[in-house]
Amino acid sequence: MGPSHPATHGTIKFNLKLEGEKVLDCDVEVGFLHRGFDKSCEQATWTQVIPYTDRLNYASSLINNVGYAMAVEKLIGVETPPRCQYIRVIVSELARIFDHLTCCGMASSELGAITVGFYMIEAREMIMRIVESLTGARLTVTYVRIGGVKHDLSPDFSARVAQAFKIIRKLLDDCDRLLSRNRIFIDRMSNVGIISQETALSYCLTGPILRATGVNYDVRKAFPYLIYDQLNFDIPLGTKGDNYDRFVCRIQEIEQSMRIVEQALERLPVGPVWIEDPRFVLPEKEKVYNSIEGLMHHFKIIMEGIHVPPGETYFAVEGGNGELGFYIVSDGGGRPYRIRVRPPCFIAMGAFHQMIKGYMVADIVPTFGMINMIGGECDR
Amino acid sequence: MAEANPILEPIKEKLGAQILEIFQVHGDDVLMLAREGLRESFRALKEDKRLGFDFLSDITAVDYWKKKEPRFEVVYQLVSLQRRRRLRVRVPVPENDPAVESLTPLWPGANFLEREVWDLFGIRFIDHPDLRRILLYEEFQGYPLRKDYPVNLCQPRVPERKVEGTFVDERSQNKLLRLKRELGNRA
Repeated sequence: MGPSHPATHGTIKFNLKLEGEKVLDCDVEVGFLHRGFDKSCEQATWTQVIPYTDRLNYASSLINNVGYAMAVEKLIGVETPPRCQYIRVIVSELARIFDHLTCCGMASSELGAITVGFYMIEAREMIMRIVESLTGARLTVTYVRIGGVKHDLSPDFSARVAQAFKIIRKLLDDCDRLLSRNRIFIDRMSNVGIISQETALSYCLTGPILRATGVNYDVRKAFPYLIYDQLNFDIPLGTKGDNYDRFVCRIQEIEQSMRIVEQALERLPVGPVWIEDPRFVLPEKEKVYNSIEGLMHHFKIIMEGIHVPPGETYFAVEGGNGELGFYIVSDGGGRPYRIRVRPPCFIAMGAFHQMIKGYMVADIVPTFGMINMIGGECDR
Repeated sequence: MAEANPILEPIKEKLGAQILEIFQVHGDDVLMLAREGLRESFRALKEDKRLGFDFLSDITAVDYWKKKEPRFEVVYQLVSLQRRRRLRVRVPVPENDPAVESLTPLWPGANFLEREVWDLFGIRFIDHPDLRRILLYEEFQGYPLRKDYPVNLCQPRVPERKVEGTFVDERSQNKLLRLKRELGNRA
């Protein structure tokens, strides 16, 4: 099955061993979208890597930006000002909503619930418009910088978000009415693709797939970063670990993410969004154009890159699909020595044969849909 | 570390001779392990009640070409879900024999991660059930994430591969034969 199949959004190939329509074994072939992320990062400066991280999981590129920037900041040993941290939380949660809507919408439209697919794409469009007004781009945003964010929120940001959330909540209500008592949907999702708690843990799964089995592991709660420990939110857990649990977990996480964004916007402090450290931050444009020191400073940062002290570190954030970790090694120069991304959906594809063994060929579609494999992240 | 560390002290007791170095950096606990008896060390880290690093988060490698001896380092990220602690385990691997023991018997999820390290760095994993290239294709020459692999090196095109296996299973094959026989008789 694959590598170019309508249900495998993203190029991936399943080598199946079948008995009639029953799947006996499945060997997953990934790598069709491999473009050498790690190697390209080693050629770029630390700042130039940020656009590359956009292209990992392009459904939640803001989370990738935040994860990478925070990993580098951890190595440098700086902490961003409070307002920047709040903004980073807000944008990551918006990206998470975006990611979950993409996954759930696509998965349900593949099962014939095409109305739900359209509703969720409409809800996604609301998020996309906010992201566009904030960053100027829709998918590949490059919004977060090392030591801050590109610019502050616009004055009408809260109003836009409130309005969008009102529409999203209504759309999700409609989807709920369309799906939760829908015989076809539940028959195809429930008791399909079951993975037990022990298997999920031994296969290193994270994110909604692990939480659907009932394991309470979310990086936001387990290793709180930014201001997540000050916010009030729940981690939805499943019981059986089947596709339906994964679906419900994701839908409930959307609601939790909206709660987080609302709380963060309420408490948003005033202040700068950049650290004040001339070693890592570009000077203001006025200084660049009017003074030689400013121009030199600008030139040095752009041409040589910022200098990150030698060392290595690992930093993980909770991405849309699970733990998104960055392991970075610096040799003290302006370019990274090694950047490794822990891709959650690559690891989930490693456990796919466990989820699908013993089910039908048609069950591959919802199971694969609920993993939300994004080629850019899986194959790097 | 001078002060008693509730995680590092039991590790020191348990793994004693295997430890090359143990320290904290940027708030992370880092453990340098010898590659001899690696699987047993990890089994101890995983199954000892006081340690309980039961979740393997990531496996990767770093190539310190002309910077460090031994050349490679395989890096494991472990998590203790109970204690909410992370541990980074680094295992130096020499260039002339790049091989470490596979962790697939302990965590089956290590399968894909180790295949990726083999694919991109050429570090073999002993007792790995299925060590094939994963992101690249079988005919690819060399290991691209090694520092001595040039960035702009082009690889030759490979001829089209024959698809193995069959799209028809035995029963339908038999049905086909039977139909042919019946139709043949009638004709």
